[in-house]
Amino acid sequence: MKKFISEDGLVLPLDRSNVDTDYIIPKQFLKSIKRTGFGKNLFDEARYLDKGLPDADCSDRPINPDFVMNQARYAGVSILLARENFGCGSSREHAPWALDDYGFRCVIAPSYADIFFNNCVKNGILLIVLEENIIEKLFADTFQNEGYRLAVDLPSQTITTPDGEKIPFEIEDSRKNILLNGLDDISMTLQNEQDIQGFEASWKQKSPWLFSRIN
Amino acid sequence: MSGKTLYDKLWESHLVKNQDDGTSLIYIDLHFLHEVTSPQAFEGLRIAGRRPWRADANMATPDHNVPTTTDERSRGVEGIIDPVSKIQVKSLDSNCLEFGIDEFEIDDPRHGIVHVIGPEQGRTLPGMTIVCGDSHTSTHGALGALAHGIGTSEVEHVLATQCLVQKKAKNMLVSVNGQLKPGITAKDVVLAIIGHIGTAGGTGYTIEFGGDAIRSLSVEGRMTVCNMAIEAGARAGIVAVDEKTIDYVKGRPFAPKGELWNQAEAAWRALVSDEGAEFDAVVNLEAADIVPQVSWGTSPEMVAPVNGYVPNPADLTNESKRNNYQQALKYMGLEAGTAIKDIMLDRVFIGSCTNSRIEDLRAAAAVVKGRKVADNIKEALVVPGSGLVKAQAELEGLDKIFTEAGLQWREPGCSMCLAMNADQLGEGEHCASTSNRNFEGRQGFGGRTHLVSPAMAAAAAVHGHFVDVREIEL
Ligand code: SF4
Repeated sequence: MKKFISEDGLVLPLDRSNVDTDYIIPKQFLKSIKRTGFGKNLFDEARYLDKGLPDADCSDRPINPDFVMNQARYAGVSILLARENFGCGSSREHAPWALDDYGFRCVIAPSYADIFFNNCVKNGILLIVLEENIIEKLFADTFQNEGYRLAVDLPSQTITTPDGEKIPFEIEDSRKNILLNGLDDISMTLQNEQDIQGFEASWKQKSPWLFSRIN
Repeated sequence: MSGKTLYDKLWESHLVKNQDDGTSLIYIDLHFLHEVTSPQAFEGLRIAGRRPWRADANMATPDHNVPTTTDERSRGVEGIIDPVSKIQVKSLDSNCLEFGIDEFEIDDPRHGIVHVIGPEQGRTLPGMTIVCGDSHTSTHGALGALAHGIGTSEVEHVLATQCLVQKKAKNMLVSVNGQLKPGITAKDVVLAIIGHIGTAGGTGYTIEFGGDAIRSLSVEGRMTVCNMAIEAGARAGIVAVDEKTIDYVKGRPFAPKGELWNQAEAAWRALVSDEGAEFDAVVNLEAADIVPQVSWGTSPEMVAPVNGYVPNPADLTNESKRNNYQQALKYMGLEAGTAIKDIMLDRVFIGSCTNSRIEDLRAAAAVVKGRKVADNIKEALVVPGSGLVKAQAELEGLDKIFTEAGLQWREPGCSMCLAMNADQLGEGEHCASTSNRNFEGRQGFGGRTHLVSPAMAAAAAVHGHFVDVREIEL
């Protein structure tokens, strides 16, 4: 799995709460059976003025100049600054795949939806939770200063602003470990093979109807 | 010592082990698969040379992407016109074949929306842990199962290990006390709950729905409520097992039989929260206060009573929420202060895993019976949740009632709930929809969704705008 150790990058301020996964990647792009290539359709409905079709070439589609990501000063962003309940809605992992494919390595927001949170960890994207007032200040600073960057460092759990201010953040040890080492969690779970088999045997005794094939 | 909640019991009975890093390995009894979130997981298995841990604990069906016109469906998978959709459905078929997983294929009479057919077939049983690469897996919690949505990496993980790595959620009780007024349905209840606690209100919790009003709902109605637990931010919603649960499961094709049934039934009766069990959060609602709900915005918490008005963002003190409301009104093309009943509609959609079971169709049919769809409605779709729901409805003559009133009677699938197939809203069109999400573009590019109950959607079809279904003579 992909690692996350640190990221020093430009910040995109997405000033909108309850950003849902349909907004991140509309459903028509979910018809793909691959994991890659979703970046060009990230935020598709906000980003382009026409309706996006799967497999269409996006290079000559009309761009929505009002959408923040289309402004020249935000070219090459890798850190997304967002509002509360980011990633709500469907369980589609295409949302983190699209963020990753576009080049985002890290999201900073006051809160996230549960399933989206897990899906990001599995794709090496670091989600940082900060308090509303700090988020507010980061939005203001990003809007005011062209070329605003943040340096995110996972081992020390800090974000460093251009003025050298250090903002600490919390992360669960298990998630930190997975991200730092890019661990394959299926292999990790399979190290417990005997425990799983043991559980299964006793569960089968207790609840035999869950293991009998009726049809 | 205080008692245990139902969630505590379900969690503990499936706990394989607590790991050093604070996570837990949870055993999964049943895994549903569909065509959209599984291909990359199967591909992952292939690349790693892995096989499913327990193939018989999986069940698949294509639902998200399938066409719903009888013409297109009559030719099975080969008849799917959209080539990209066809590849996805065929991939599911071939993956299931390769990995030995049971599938109800597109032309199986038992085919349908995965969350409708699971309970219908008796695959969903009380006390199970159930997952699916779909957030509305919470539906199955209505039967006293711990059920929630997962992402594609987790789909692969469950296939390979029969387990999920999880952290235990907190316990929330949402109690709807007293009795519902006539004409108020499960959908109104859950929309009112979401309007009350917000779309992030349940984040980090498993919600148990309780109280007299929930008890008095049918099992199908409870499914509607649990279905939308995710819209309240909770991954899982559950309802304790009672007589209705047991009656519902009994005799279904995959339900246990004979001596196994007796054993199972005895175990299931313990699937309730103990008296005195402590919840981390408790929300109380009075059933008598709940009236028919209509969503006016782009988030399921943006709901109003049918007799109410589109709110004015200027009345809000929280700036972020005010912006949110303004964005929603702009997208919806609505003015603050507009009466909900004055919102004119273009389309009506009756279907989705929230409201496409037989009781939903009966409720809608009762409203349109002997009436006609209003002239301004361009299209009104009725999409049953499964082939068996469709057959039952036809047996009862509901299809005739719908088509005589001018609604279209379709083949089962997710359809316009997420509009991955050809069933979509046009830009700027307003739709009364019995589905669960009113996000921007959810039902089609630029489409405007209003979430309502089946009876309210049916009434809206007849009048061309929202009306209070309680004022319609049935
Ligand atoms: S009906 Fe809608 S919500 Fe339900 S599974 Fe299908 S797309 Fe998802």
